[in-house]
Amino acid sequence: MSEAIKKVAMEVSDEVAIQITDMNKWYGDFHVLKDINITVNRGERIVVCGPSGSGKSTLIRCINRLEVHQRGKIVVDGTELTSDLKNIDKIRSEVGMCFQHFNLFPHLTILENCTLAPIWVRKTPKKEAEEIAMHFLEKVKIPEQALKYPGQLSGGQQQRVAIARSLCMKPRIMLFDEPTSALDPEMIAEVLDTMVELAEEGMTMIVVTHEMGFARKVANRVIFMDQGQIVEQNEPEEFFNNPKSERTQLFLSQILGH
Amino acid sequence: MTDHSFVRTEMLPEQPAPLGETGILLWLKTNMFSGIANSIASVVTIVIIYILAKEIILWGYQPSWGLGSVRACFDDPNVTGACWGVIPERFNQLMYGFYPKDEQWRINLSFFLMVAAIAPVLFNKIPRKAIYFSLLYPFIAFWLIWGDSIWGPIAALAGFAIAYGAIRVLNPVAGAIVGITTGVLLALVWWLFAAVPASVIVNGVIPIELEVVQSRNIGGLTLSVIIGISGIALSFPIGVILALGRQSDMFIVKVLCVGFIEFIRGVPLITLLFVASILLNYFLPPGTSFDLLLRVVIVVTLFSAAYLAEVVRGGLAALPTGQYEAADALGLDYWKSMRLIIMPQALKISIPGIVSNFIGLFKDTTLVSIIGLLDPVGLINAIRGTAEWKGILWELYIFLALMFWIFTFAMSRYSMYLERKLKTGH
Repeated sequence: MSEAIKKVAMEVSDEVAIQITDMNKWYGDFHVLKDINITVNRGERIVVCGPSGSGKSTLIRCINRLEVHQRGKIVVDGTELTSDLKNIDKIRSEVGMCFQHFNLFPHLTILENCTLAPIWVRKTPKKEAEEIAMHFLEKVKIPEQALKYPGQLSGGQQQRVAIARSLCMKPRIMLFDEPTSALDPEMIAEVLDTMVELAEEGMTMIVVTHEMGFARKVANRVIFMDQGQIVEQNEPEEFFNNPKSERTQLFLSQILGH
Repeated sequence: MTDHSFVRTEMLPEQPAPLGETGILLWLKTNMFSGIANSIASVVTIVIIYILAKEIILWGYQPSWGLGSVRACFDDPNVTGACWGVIPERFNQLMYGFYPKDEQWRINLSFFLMVAAIAPVLFNKIPRKAIYFSLLYPFIAFWLIWGDSIWGPIAALAGFAIAYGAIRVLNPVAGAIVGITTGVLLALVWWLFAAVPASVIVNGVIPIELEVVQSRNIGGLTLSVIIGISGIALSFPIGVILALGRQSDMFIVKVLCVGFIEFIRGVPLITLLFVASILLNYFLPPGTSFDLLLRVVIVVTLFSAAYLAEVVRGGLAALPTGQYEAADALGLDYWKSMRLIIMPQALKISIPGIVSNFIGLFKDTTLVSIIGLLDPVGLINAIRGTAEWKGILWELYIFLALMFWIFTFAMSRYSMYLERKLKTGH
């Protein structure tokens, strides 16, 4: 990486946003996540990386209960995730999520995609919801696409809409599940730029990604996972320049080596 | 070594396509005469169609519309084919069955009102308020067709109003579960104990009545349309609920839905119709008379709902799990995500299946002739038994086929229109 990387300013508060304690998860007999312990402070940007099948996606999907953990404790914004539906819906409306395949609603326009949850979950009046939506669509630089359908947009544009859709709920935490893995190379930059902007504004973010440039620039902690466990976590400088574990060294040499 | 480097300095202009590569000539060439085998097949097919069409037109184009019996057609030297006289003579019966002549305007009015009631459901360009008329329509049509006091249907409607009022009042105070339960209970009490006396009393004060027509006098195409449209309108929501129930995480709900669907699909419709017409009487408490037509509508509805549930399930299965996850991740609860995200897409995918299911249902209404209802097929059998029209066959069935075709073709065109309208991709 030749060009000098401008580090995003960090303002991490002491307030805890997410607290995961001794969390374990199984798919049937298969032990996917083993004794996960993570504390995320408000304003922290965490990048989770690791080989495929290491459980990193499962981990962040547990945070808004798209996956159910069987043992341990997850507390998001002071609310513990249990099978209580009220708590789950509350946490989900506070935690935004972007998926690898965008998952926009193809039968709704871009604007409707963005206003749906504010109107139906937050009970925002339609007009106000549309103003909020346009604000965030401008922020991700595609206000002119508002009346089109997702199928008419490029992958990069769709992912930016997906980010705007999450932001319309005014979330306090954003989760990104490999947001650039399904994109063509020239579209990755536009999505990453949007995410960097978001980070600059102090959003708490957990990002599963293989974009190591993004991790260096934005993250204040990198977590490396393998076989369902956290193998190493450190500040990005240390993590990339001086990885401690052999597995991390191997992974980094594979991902950065060519 | 030759030099392969090349730089284009100006772009080439567009040129017109060669002759025979556009328009009708291209169409003929690609579609009918693209090779020797295709050309032969095209010519042979055209000849066969010509011969068939000629025979059919020669048989059908006959001056027999005014003749009053099979014998008259037979004796008339100008008539060498179809004996159409049966259609105008029995037209009224084929349309209305034995509905009293002076009251048939009620059927016609119901039909036109039905078109007005269905329009806002089918086309979203019509103002949304019109949907209230669609909701009222079943009560209006019931009163128009069966007659008697207008206060009966109004009392039935009042039950819904009572339930709605109770839910509106109690939900904010006591929560949704208490509100809905109380509302439903109040409505049931009203329907079971108060609705009939109330309507009788009010009718004593302000009598608004139409002559009573018994179900057994309703027949012909009217009967098919009543059963068909009621079946379609009722089976749609039930089918959707069953499809959702089949996918439910709740074991009991799932087992009940799967059991119902598999039971209904395992039994022929005719069997169920016999159950409706004969067996049901044994199970009901003695003295309850339960209108046969109503029983048939219920059976047809349940039958269609079971098939519909499977069609909708196909649509649900075709949706990527990402859609469910995205809806969940935004904090939508189960019913909202079903209503706003999942169902609109699943139903769109299932449109061809749903419509073909409805077309099937509409045509299956002719099976009721087997249990003695006078639908068009039942009437045709009766007409063929009379002295004047003994042995007449094609003319009546062709006419009936045409009547059904108008309805089913309209449904199929509508489904294509809907698919085009809902297409949001490229």
